[in-house]
Amino acid sequence: MTGPASRVRDPGLQPERTRLAWRRTTLSGTVAGVLAGKAALTGGVSTAGIVACALCCACWLGLLGVAHRRIRALAATSTPEVLAPRYATAAVLCTVALAVCGAALVARG
Amino acid sequence: MIEFVRNVRLWFVPEDVREEGATPDYRFSLANERTFLAWLRTALALIGGGFAVDQFLPDLRWGWRVGLALALLVAGVLCALRAVNHWVRCERAMRRGEDLPVSRFPALLSLVVAVVAVAMVVVVLVGWEG
Repeated sequence: MTGPASRVRDPGLQPERTRLAWRRTTLSGTVAGVLAGKAALTGGVSTAGIVACALCCACWLGLLGVAHRRIRALAATSTPEVLAPRYATAAVLCTVALAVCGAALVARG
Repeated sequence: MIEFVRNVRLWFVPEDVREEGATPDYRFSLANERTFLAWLRTALALIGGGFAVDQFLPDLRWGWRVGLALALLVAGVLCALRAVNHWVRCERAMRRGEDLPVSRFPALLSLVVAVVAVAMVVVVLVGWEG
């Protein structure tokens, strides 16, 4: 996709807007992750707290990884491919895992 | 229900989406993707709200605090799962040239958020003493 046709800029800036939407999503994920880390490590450090914190970090990194790959794919061409459902599902599973972690932390303390 | 199972299968088997209909204009797909991301952010905000209720309202009675936090977390989970399901449904509808699927979910979510907000007001007004 490096022909002249793919170089035409979309006046609606759709790929850029989608890229920024992914970026906003990672920022939301970061806020939720920081709050999760605070919940996990507040009130003294325990093994369960550290495990929960590590799981939350893994979810956050998963979300970041998906966003990074998608952003790179969006930047590669001017008419990007459809988002692979694999990525969408991965992002959603990270979010759900974060919430499950949170439910366990809330129920614990 | 069978339709839902089929959609869940499509979450994991991306190639099957391409079997039906024609590829829509990439801009429509990107718009669909942004809508999905907006719902995912809503889910993350609800989850963050759940953590915040648990963390920043320590004087609240245990039952209220855990109940509100869990309600927000569950709403976040439902919102995230619904986001990917709706995205797959919209993508398929666009490929087949059908109308986009309608959904009761935004109304339900509004009601849940409104109920949680009212509960918060009640709790803040009368529940502090525990």
